[in-house]
Amino acid sequence: MREVSERMGVPRTLYTDFPVGRSLGKPRDKQFQYEVLQAAFDLLEEPEGPIIRDFPVSISSTGSEPLVCPLPPRINTELHPAVDEAKGLKAAYDRAYKKNKRTSVGMKINAEQIPEALERFVRIVEGEHWDKVGFPTRSMYGTVHDIRTYYEELACELAEGPIGPWATEEWFYDGTEAGQIILKARRTMRDNKADRSIWFGLAPAGRE
Amino acid sequence: MSVFGKDKAALRKFAASVPVPEFGESSFNKPKQLNLAKVAIVTTAALYREGGHGFEVGDNDYHYETLPRYARDLTIGHHSVNFDRGGFAADINVVYPIDRLQELAESDIIGEVAENHYAFAGNQSPTVSEIRLDTGPLCAKEMLEESVDVVLLTGT
Repeated sequence: MREVSERMGVPRTLYTDFPVGRSLGKPRDKQFQYEVLQAAFDLLEEPEGPIIRDFPVSISSTGSEPLVCPLPPRINTELHPAVDEAKGLKAAYDRAYKKNKRTSVGMKINAEQIPEALERFVRIVEGEHWDKVGFPTRSMYGTVHDIRTYYEELACELAEGPIGPWATEEWFYDGTEAGQIILKARRTMRDNKADRSIWFGLAPAGRE
Repeated sequence: MSVFGKDKAALRKFAASVPVPEFGESSFNKPKQLNLAKVAIVTTAALYREGGHGFEVGDNDYHYETLPRYARDLTIGHHSVNFDRGGFAADINVVYPIDRLQELAESDIIGEVAENHYAFAGNQSPTVSEIRLDTGPLCAKEMLEESVDVVLLTGT
């Protein structure tokens, strides 16, 4: 953040007007990443500082191409669509994990537990009290972190084209059954006067 | 209402309001020539190796993780719901350009890639005292012991 560098007098700063979480600008774009690194290393030639230089390309946080990511057809119609969907996407998640050898799922639950966790949100939407559906105390935030991460990681495996800023988040909350059921459960808890600390962090601030 | 993490004006306003230590003077060194320099990455993406302890939610985890050059089994411990983790999910280099550094070393643009790199959590106490007085100097000492010449800081 430019303001922080200015106030702290950081010796050499390349200011990049990129969305948070994208220090090098564009995932899977080696050439662009090289250009950012070269611009940063060019600052080493400066004889005096502190110096802040602007990278000439900006990237907006909004307006990127939506993620094109196919969702599986219904497999077991006896299950809630969100639960069925999560089960149907497990193979894609496993493929992504095998290829990348990493995952950020695991803050509260693992990939095998995703369908069961979604079933608990379904029960909240259907009227059960949020304290009675089986979430351990203070685990809902981390559980949603893991569900969203599961979907975002497999989306990067399935998606065609670049992964734009916030594209996976928008796809998850707007385009998947899992995201929709979490938003519905969040609204249900809000409308039933659950403590804000329980439901607010289940989606980014500003989402309804 | 816009989503907080996507609203650059709100983020700038937030950044301007963040209390930070202000120093009377800056340390400014002329480093070794880049094609002879050993380069290390320090990131605030709270990365850690899969199965490791990771980072706590909140702003009181000021420890750092050491990431060996070869490690790619990395988890992002930046847990905020207002943070876009999609870029990292697609490509770790977007916050931790370890493969790019390796390629630059192979092309003799940089001298070499350090054996170890470091990850802190970006959410810290207002004074950043713990990093300034404890883990920051310790991390710097580790890099000096490895003869690192240039540090690439990637903020997230």
